[in-house]
Amino acid sequence: MLDYGSGNLRSAERALRRVGADVTVTSDFDAACEADGLVVPGVGAFAHCMEGLTAVRGPQLIGRRLAGGRPVLGICVGMQVMFDRGVEFGVEADGCGQWPGTVERLKADVLPHMGWNTVTAPAGSTLFNGLDADTRFYFVHSFAARRWELEESHAIRPPLVTWAHHGEDFVAAVENGPLAATQFHPEKSGDAGAQVLQNWLRDVVG
Amino acid sequence: MGVAVRVIPCLDVDAGRVVKGVNFKELRDAGDPVEMAAVYDAEGADELTFLDVTASSGERETMVDVVRRTAEQVFIPLTVGGGIRTPDDVDRMLRAGADKVSVNTAAIARPELLGEMARRFGSQCIVLSVDARRVPRDGTDGPPTPSTFEVTTHGGRTGTGIDAVEWAARGQELGVGEILLNSMDADGTRAGFDLELIEKVRRVVDVPVIASGGAGALEHFPPAIHAGADAVLAASVFHFGQLRIGEVKDVLRADHVEIR
Repeated sequence: MLDYGSGNLRSAERALRRVGADVTVTSDFDAACEADGLVVPGVGAFAHCMEGLTAVRGPQLIGRRLAGGRPVLGICVGMQVMFDRGVEFGVEADGCGQWPGTVERLKADVLPHMGWNTVTAPAGSTLFNGLDADTRFYFVHSFAARRWELEESHAIRPPLVTWAHHGEDFVAAVENGPLAATQFHPEKSGDAGAQVLQNWLRDVVG
Repeated sequence: MGVAVRVIPCLDVDAGRVVKGVNFKELRDAGDPVEMAAVYDAEGADELTFLDVTASSGERETMVDVVRRTAEQVFIPLTVGGGIRTPDDVDRMLRAGADKVSVNTAAIARPELLGEMARRFGSQCIVLSVDARRVPRDGTDGPPTPSTFEVTTHGGRTGTGIDAVEWAARGQELGVGEILLNSMDADGTRAGFDLELIEKVRRVVDVPVIASGGAGALEHFPPAIHAGADAVLAASVFHFGQLRIGEVKDVLRADHVEIR
């Protein structure tokens, strides 16, 4: 689990241990590069997270892992930073640029989107394997990817995009080869979240 | 489908022990907040709130330990309130495993504190707790406020003269991500939530509002949601086993409210 000064890592660490992972929390580039799987958590502001991430060479680290097909899981703002850029209160910041698109404020009556919501996962999803359509996950965020802009190509397997709705549709999870991410917090989503983490771990172990 | 209304049990904790712990049959130690939290989780609570009512500041570390042990075994969101006065207090609780902290009296003394906390930790983890009471328009109980509700301190005993509805709006402006709205008039009466208070605050804020104070029967919950609350919080009715979380959810579901 990548430690770059973004909030509370304890919950995610414990949730992963609960499903059998051997977890090391580190900001060391080499250790994070060599792990079987890397979790990139994140809470708070997009620009602030990118600053912290950049300070530990996170974007290069993520890029290097993905180039080698090594699994990465982004959670909440840790998912948002995988996009090209984020715009919060007029402040625009570059993200890691793994996916095209901008993370923006949701159009909804009540924000933050705080609480348990359902998601619509595509057929063939690994992350949501074994979970019913009415399963709820814990979200807390005001910003999200409101569109999925990666163009389909014959060269790559099309990513699996999971959607949720709060005021409007937004991207709730992505499974794109070795890069997976969730906008919700699996570590705070009780047994449902544990199942998602376990599904990811199984994929990591192969 | 949309985001579900949250049902949140609150535990009052004094020096690391649940106040007036009641022995449910599934509990070994009703005074242990960690064990109580696990029971609520198993019953379907959507979130947990600990309110630290410890009088002596020397015992504050005890609460940090309670939060740490709870976060070890409960995988739903946890909010901690009571005695949060500085950004460092927030930091300590978040590091221990809390997801949100609620701030009350300290923000009344210095509102900018809310902005400082929201900037450092993110709006999503700062909750403004508003203890509101009605003030008579005729001035017989202190100067009237525009909304007829004022902010109180000391468990509702001391008025501040600050308009409670304006204060909630101010909190949002300063960056808090949620309002915990406690009716001090309704608190302990078990006569139902103060719907007028909820409606008035709902009209001026667009962050989530948690309704608290007055829950005494199942039929009290749906009106609080229809008045505009995004979540309902109760302490004693759950604590004394008078109502179960599942029953509250059943009555909300029957009223076409989305629940988990």
